[in-house]
Amino acid sequence: MKTTADKNTAPIQCEAPNNQEQGEQGLALLKYLIIGILFGIVFVKAEIVSWFRIQEMFRLQSFFMYGVIGSAIAVGLVSIQLIKRFNVKALNGEPIKIGKKEFRKGQIIGGFIFGLGWAMTGACPGPLFAQIGSGFTVVAVTLVSALAGTWLYGRFADKLPN
Amino acid sequence: MEQFIAWITQPWPWYVAGPLIGLTVPALLIIGNKSFGISSSLRHVCAACVPANIPFFTYNWKKEMWNLVFVLGVLIGGFVATTFLANPDTIVVAEATQEDLAALGITDYSKLLPAEIFNWESMTNGTGILFFIIGGLMVGFGTRYAGGCTSGHAIMGISSLQWPSLLATTFFMLGGFAMTHLLLEPLMRLFGIL
Repeated sequence: MKTTADKNTAPIQCEAPNNQEQGEQGLALLKYLIIGILFGIVFVKAEIVSWFRIQEMFRLQSFFMYGVIGSAIAVGLVSIQLIKRFNVKALNGEPIKIGKKEFRKGQIIGGFIFGLGWAMTGACPGPLFAQIGSGFTVVAVTLVSALAGTWLYGRFADKLPN
Repeated sequence: MEQFIAWITQPWPWYVAGPLIGLTVPALLIIGNKSFGISSSLRHVCAACVPANIPFFTYNWKKEMWNLVFVLGVLIGGFVATTFLANPDTIVVAEATQEDLAALGITDYSKLLPAEIFNWESMTNGTGILFFIIGGLMVGFGTRYAGGCTSGHAIMGISSLQWPSLLATTFFMLGGFAMTHLLLEPLMRLFGIL
């Protein structure tokens, strides 16, 4: 019985886990800032942050977003295979670990709810940040609201089917 | 040089953008053993600011600081691209989409986002409540309930051949189709936008 209680109160593991064992602070974090900046530039320059592109995608009227997501997956897949095949290590020498995604009902229910919001706001969480940076300051309201949604999930997580 | 500027200010095609986004996966793994995922940043902000003793938010968020730095970078990147590399022309949108959107009262293509919706004045009427507040709640609640968003599931998860991520992505798409084709127009009427 104790284990079930533990399971309910123990912090739930992060879904995009930081598998690096060594801690990182200050300047070591700068490299993530640079990757983030490059990523944000791609988002805006390829107009992925555009509400119109998301509408085209869900209306099946343009191949563009399917091309973006499809080729991103293809490159990611090949990269991960290469990392595994050649046993590539992280820069600090640690073996690369990839978190396992376990099946949960939330992937169906939560996934559907996110899809509804994605089509409405024209943004998944990444583009939200890039839209604000692009000068659409009102998207900060969407961001705060998304934070509230995240908090509500955390608050009621134990009462939802999972 | 002029040619380079002309080339870089053009909208980038999918076969340039997609692979660059895909390269984020090995880049994060190699530089710091990090799994690509953006919606987790929202959780870290909650954990840092309003944990309220909720088990879901009481973890060592400082260890995940990299993720917050990463999304700050995405915001700065958006600023850099818009300020220094902006496309001088208006956005090109499929004609069929333009026709569909005209029926929803959306006809302004001068910016990347429709000016009719994305302005502060929308906060004084139903537009803001629907598109920003309700939309944002669904994005935040849904991604966390699903355990990830387009980056964590669709790109990182499918790239690493994990079927729960394929399932999640399928339902992202189904939700998007349902909103676009079944719910958007009635909701806009309900909120007095149409």
